[in-house]
Amino acid sequence: MIGLPSYLVLAALVFSIGLFGVLTRRNAVGILLGIELMLNAVNINLVAFARFHGDLLGLIFTLFTISITVAEVAVGLAIVIAIFRVRRTVEADRLDLLRG
Amino acid sequence: MTLETVGFWVVAVVLLASSLAVVLTPNLFHAVLYLAAALVATAVIFLLLEQPFLFAVQLLLYAGGVVTIVVFAIMLTERLVGERIRQTSRHLVNGAIVAAAVFAGVAGFLMQSPLATPRPGPGDDATVAIGRALVGPFAVTLELLAVLLVTALLGALYFARGEE
Repeated sequence: MIGLPSYLVLAALVFSIGLFGVLTRRNAVGILLGIELMLNAVNINLVAFARFHGDLLGLIFTLFTISITVAEVAVGLAIVIAIFRVRRTVEADRLDLLRG
Repeated sequence: MTLETVGFWVVAVVLLASSLAVVLTPNLFHAVLYLAAALVATAVIFLLLEQPFLFAVQLLLYAGGVVTIVVFAIMLTERLVGERIRQTSRHLVNGAIVAAAVFAGVAGFLMQSPLATPRPGPGDDATVAIGRALVGPFAVTLELLAVLLVTALLGALYFARGEE
């Protein structure tokens, strides 16, 4: 029988891998993929807690986070494409127009 | 070893391997395909937790929608630039240290917490309860979510529109 801690440790590992991707990727799309992994790990946590505590709220919250993530990806990629049109690059290090 | 135990370990290995591939592969397009594999593995985990409705939502919205959008964006930007975008990483050691520290923190917290909750037996179909809650106590939230999705759609159109 797989217990709650196994699911939580798995989610923590995926979260850390996603964080590693966000920190190390230079490409804006690559950073977005890392954020996807992190959000995904949080969803595993929510569903696992909901299942083991017999609480419906976690499941509904997961539905909402999944929908919001889809909206976030759509807007984020639209911004990436818009930036690419202007700057001809999607490397996050070179997108420093707002740096003082 | 029950079927659930074997399934969990197989899915966990697949999920971790594809997650690592997402952040390490030099080809951006391959990274998206590995992300699709990781998202499908997560959906199977939802299935192991006896949530078939969330399994379907995860497959439809994440593995279907998100991956399609990202593939489109990569194809658009690659075509605009006329060359393959190489996916490079920097500060690999620093990133690994920070990620390992975060994992150690979370794992340490998990060790201290009394989490030995026994798994309750399978109750009624959660899909029915989710549906009732969505149009009952969470109706306003659901409507707000619809507004958010429309706003995101309009915003994405506005940002990505061509030059008039």
